[in-house]
Amino acid sequence: MASTRLNVPGLDGRCAGASRAAATLALGGADLASLAGGSPVASEFPLPAVQDLDRFENNVQELVKPEHGTTTLGFIFRDGVIIAVDSRASQGSYVSSQTVKKVIEINPYLVGTMAGGAADCAFWQRNLGMQCRMFELKNKKRITVCAASKMLANTMYSYKGMGLSMGSMIGGWDPSGPAIYYVDSDGQRTKGTIFSVGSGSLYAYGVLDQGYKWDMDVDTAVELGQRAIYHAQFRDAVSGGTCSVYHITKDGWTKIRGNNHYDMHYQYYPGGHPTAANDVI
Amino acid sequence: MEYVMGIKGKGFAMVCTSATAVQQIITMKHDEDKILPLGTHTMVATSGEPGDRVQFSEFVAANARLYALRNKSKLSTKAIANFTRGELATALRKGPKSANLLVAGYDKGKGASLYFLDYLATLHSMNIAGYGYGSWFVLSMYDRMWHPDLTEAEALEMMRLGIEEVKNRLVVASPTYTVKIVDENGIRTIPL
Repeated sequence: MASTRLNVPGLDGRCAGASRAAATLALGGADLASLAGGSPVASEFPLPAVQDLDRFENNVQELVKPEHGTTTLGFIFRDGVIIAVDSRASQGSYVSSQTVKKVIEINPYLVGTMAGGAADCAFWQRNLGMQCRMFELKNKKRITVCAASKMLANTMYSYKGMGLSMGSMIGGWDPSGPAIYYVDSDGQRTKGTIFSVGSGSLYAYGVLDQGYKWDMDVDTAVELGQRAIYHAQFRDAVSGGTCSVYHITKDGWTKIRGNNHYDMHYQYYPGGHPTAANDVI
Repeated sequence: MEYVMGIKGKGFAMVCTSATAVQQIITMKHDEDKILPLGTHTMVATSGEPGDRVQFSEFVAANARLYALRNKSKLSTKAIANFTRGELATALRKGPKSANLLVAGYDKGKGASLYFLDYLATLHSMNIAGYGYGSWFVLSMYDRMWHPDLTEAEALEMMRLGIEEVKNRLVVASPTYTVKIVDENGIRTIPL
């Protein structure tokens, strides 16, 4: 998950009152005052003190944009929905938090997961929570997972191409049983049985697909969710922290587990991981 | 990779799409239905950007339904195709919709029809049509096989051979596909 705050050399302090010389340099040597028709206001406009402004801006965008540093997963099975997530936030190669809450509890029967831009996820899922509550008050019944995910997808579609970054799963229990939908900032929305989102999703899929069965019991399902997140955290440098597992039944969601990655590692492999235990050459 | 093919036969039209939902290099799903019914005797097979594809085809379906409710008469396949073309053409110079469509239908008295309608709002009535890298292999194959009296069984065999060819030759072929047919009895999904 790309974190909320930016800390980029050239964007702090120094750029606040960027010098006129630097601003001129950024525009390829053209005199700003002449470009702006001699207006002193335009020439004082603060710009980052960098050589290539376009590339710099793109680099900054790249830092905040992608689904960097997240593993989230969700699946439905006979006895409900399992949602499992990691808790690491990063800014580029810097781990900025190990205790991020990536599951948003929309209502007691509905949860959403967060991958991508932290602010985009947090803000729009909170907004979805509001819309779901409004639906309940107007219609005197709980919203379905199908409808809730569609509201989020419609919000995302209306902002398409404007730079939002969000990859989310909306999971829950409604009168038709357990359901899970994938929604992202491209406006894609699709129903499914197994989903995983984020940079560690490829690792999580590997473990998940190998162990998934529709008929498994709750303990096995919870363990599968945790195990898939653990292995994603093990392989993916920008996933880590803790692993939270939620289980949703007809009575709503409960948080089943919240284990530290380090503790899980030595619980699963007391003597160290076998693939990492080769002799030093 | 997305794959859409359509065949018009004698008294029916048949369409086939890949059934995968893809995100970057990940296949998220193997049973995504990309063929949407527009009323009882018209359907639209879609490809393109996931958001646009679904939003736009649902928009067309809703408008076809609205017309039927208001006027107590259904739009013909030709009318739906031309309406959709108009919407895509208007959108093209504003906010283009990245959606490629095959509109297939059966109309009483007129028989079956198949329309090719891409995101640039090109509309053509076709006997065979397709989108995606896979279609380059299969279009030539269908050019060779198609004839005016094509039966349902022949068309289904063509669809099977097309899928086989794509899986055989295309590096990024989908593992799963959906085939639907529309004729005087309405729309049916054909198990492969």
